[in-house]
Amino acid sequence: MTGVRPPLAELRAITKTFGALVANDSIDLVVQPGEVHALLGENGAGKSTLTRILYGLSQPDSGEISIEGTVRKMSSPADAMAAGIGMVTQEFSLVGTMTVTENLMLAGVGIGRINRVAARTRALEAAARIGVSINPDAVVETLSVGERQRVEIVKALFHDCRLLILDEPTAVLVPQDVGMLFDSIRRLTADGMGVIFISHKLHEVVEIAGRVSILRRGKIVASVPAAGLEPRQIAAMMVGAEVVAHGGITEAVSTVEADALATSIGLEPSAVSTALVAPAGDRPPGVGRATTVSSATPAATASTAVAATSGRANTASVPALAIRDLTLRGSGAPLLDTVSITVAPGEIVGVAGVSGNGQTELVSVLCGMAEPTSGSIQIGRVDITALGVVERIRAGLGRLTEDRRGSVIPNLSVEQNLVLEDLDTFRRGPFLSRTRMRTHVHQLMQRFDIRANATDPIRSLSGGNMQKVLLARALSRNPRALVASQPTRGLDVGACEYVYSQLRGLRDDGAGVLVISEDLDELLGLCDRIVVLFSGRIIGDVMAADASREELGLLMTGQAA
Amino acid sequence: MDFPLLAVLAATLTIATPLVWAALGAILNERTGIMNLGIEGTMYAGAFVGFLTAAYTDSALLGIAAAIVAGLVAGLLMAVLTVTLGVNQHVAGIGTTLLLVAASDFTNRLLFSGGSQTVTAKFDRWFPGTGVFAQYPMTYVAFLILAPALWWVLRSSGFGLRLRAVGENPEAADAAGIPVASTRYAALMFGGAFMAIGGAFLTLSLLGSFTLDIVSGRGWICIALVIFGRWRVWPVVAGALLFGFADALQLQLAISPMFSAVPNELLIAFPYIVVIAALAIWGRGVRYPGSYLTPYRRA
Ligand SMILES: Nc1ncnc2c1ncn2[C@@H]1O[C@H](COP(=O)(O)OP(=O)(O)OP(=O)(O)O)[C@@H](O)[C@H]1O
Ligand SMILES: [Mg+2]
Repeated sequence: MTGVRPPLAELRAITKTFGALVANDSIDLVVQPGEVHALLGENGAGKSTLTRILYGLSQPDSGEISIEGTVRKMSSPADAMAAGIGMVTQEFSLVGTMTVTENLMLAGVGIGRINRVAARTRALEAAARIGVSINPDAVVETLSVGERQRVEIVKALFHDCRLLILDEPTAVLVPQDVGMLFDSIRRLTADGMGVIFISHKLHEVVEIAGRVSILRRGKIVASVPAAGLEPRQIAAMMVGAEVVAHGGITEAVSTVEADALATSIGLEPSAVSTALVAPAGDRPPGVGRATTVSSATPAATASTAVAATSGRANTASVPALAIRDLTLRGSGAPLLDTVSITVAPGEIVGVAGVSGNGQTELVSVLCGMAEPTSGSIQIGRVDITALGVVERIRAGLGRLTEDRRGSVIPNLSVEQNLVLEDLDTFRRGPFLSRTRMRTHVHQLMQRFDIRANATDPIRSLSGGNMQKVLLARALSRNPRALVASQPTRGLDVGACEYVYSQLRGLRDDGAGVLVISEDLDELLGLCDRIVVLFSGRIIGDVMAADASREELGLLMTGQAA
Repeated sequence: MDFPLLAVLAATLTIATPLVWAALGAILNERTGIMNLGIEGTMYAGAFVGFLTAAYTDSALLGIAAAIVAGLVAGLLMAVLTVTLGVNQHVAGIGTTLLLVAASDFTNRLLFSGGSQTVTAKFDRWFPGTGVFAQYPMTYVAFLILAPALWWVLRSSGFGLRLRAVGENPEAADAAGIPVASTRYAALMFGGAFMAIGGAFLTLSLLGSFTLDIVSGRGWICIALVIFGRWRVWPVVAGALLFGFADALQLQLAISPMFSAVPNELLIAFPYIVVIAALAIWGRGVRYPGSYLTPYRRA
């Protein structure tokens, strides 16, 4: 071989603005063949924007892209695909009314006859090669987000490409699937493929990435080899602390903040704070890097004592949420089979399980989107089994469903989406009071650090910011019982910790919280009690304090201890 | 009374023919997420241009060809307005209809002083004397070629898959490398051609002449049929047959002495009432294509 091999992809001075907002500010990025390049940054930092530009889904204001040494213009994904680029977008690009096979066929389909049978076989082969299981005949909209994520990954690896962009592929994957994905990535990069990997789960990043680039407010602030990096160093860089020499963080980082970060990435807080340079006083609240909210909220301070939480569950009183013998029949085996869960006021109960075992159905029955075959649901003393969505909300139900896109009205503004569920409270006679709505929205946006204009259509928000809007909407009503499915999906480390503190705050105010998540660490850190859902049945019920990952992991795969 | 069932059935097929053409064209449009309210005007333009060409060239076939061109142009106009310019689809559709109807009327007035004209170059029925089977060529094409072909295309061709993907989720289609705008252009233009053929059927097969009320709301009926048939080929064909049957029945009853006391207007309204009733009963809770009425723009 002669000469230097050109980089797989090179982005030079990419700038993209949305109105006054600079989403990407003269970004340079190089991906080498065989490299897994992690792109990190807080919610709204500009990661998705940059990768969407590379994939032709968005046009930069300026800058150029070269692939293997030749400058290319990516006017559309078709151009990008022709250049050997594949992408899994953050908000899924699946057609809900089509089957999994049809979705897999979509990329590169001609206009003539299609061969479903052959495509179905290829889909099964691809899934087997990657090691995930998918049902090629399922209609996508009947799948849970975890299953959809698997489909997306199979789709990306279904077609040969030389550069694969994965925008938060693991946000809703169970650890086993993440393992499979990483194995595939290692296999492919060994053959010279390049991968751009976006994630907020820093331990994954250090596991898979060869190089880490960190975006902050649209700028690349660091681009370093991943070898030897530790999650907390990355976290510090993301929020703006400097890293020098061998991982000593020099800039003043408050203990609270560091603890919060550490907790959210699954480290023991006390161990970390000793590793950090002593604090030089708190940053004034609300100034600058607002995602590191924990420094401003006492609740977060208390909450960092993560493992010890036992809540103030008051089992003697009326449960906040009582689910009794809930059954939902499908065409085959029951989707939910006599599920009973009681959440006491002041308790956080987690539902663990591999997605596709009834979580989606449980949430839709609880939220009034599906009618159970039998069983009852109570909030406090009110039986809500037969009530509609509006009445349920009125009875004190808060909900946060896993389907982000389905929970907002994409073309309405952030403001309108925020007040959608409680328009009545803003009524002034027959009219709505704009000013009251505005102040309410303004407060929520500040409190949850939603980085957008109130008047932007919600579909333009970054994934994490959209999640914050939904959370703000659910929590602002002070629900008596909150059903939260994947509450931190796509949130950055700081925002995750803030969400935990909010959920704990809600609990401490006497509400019952039911959290459905596939992230065991999240459940173990947040919940007082964890139940395990498998094949539509509750097959385990343990106090979080005495539970171990291993035990829960076994239960989740149906091997009851 | 001796009820002429065969005659009514034969008339059912004939009456349903233009509806099948136009409604299948509308399916093609709407499956990509675009509602084409230009349908009434496109049928009208097809009827007029077909008639005009046949009158000058003395060839019914050339008449159909000209109608197809008119339909393609009408579809192109809709596409420029809704896909490229992102104009509100209701406004663009009604505007297209008004424009095409007015342009046809105006030309008609210029050339023929607005009177009704008869053409001699007109399609004849095939298999005359065979009762139900004595139908115009375009009826055979509609039921035996167009409907099965469109069904197959939507189900089993790459074009159909692209079309549905664009109509359900243009972002996903775009990310899969499918050109959203050109797919919509193609659908609107093909659909426009089908609508125009439906219109030309009225002048070149059925009547052999052009009158100002030639289409009389059939386009709007098609919009209803497509919704109540849930954007699927065979249910829409069934809906067109239902309308055809009600209309044939009405025509039969109007000439039977038993119904002479019933006002004619009521009888004429009958098939429309049937379709509206059917829509009210079966058309509730239908699921529109995901991107219905929304233009697609990349960020
Ligand atoms: N189409 C758009 N119109 C207006 N603003 C936009 C649009 N797309 C993105 N933005 C803004 O650009 C910024 C960067 O968004 P981007 O989606 O790239 O963030 P991200 O780093 O991917 O965040 P997350 O981790 O939450 O997914 C955000 O502030 C977002 O609101
Ligand atoms: Mg993003």
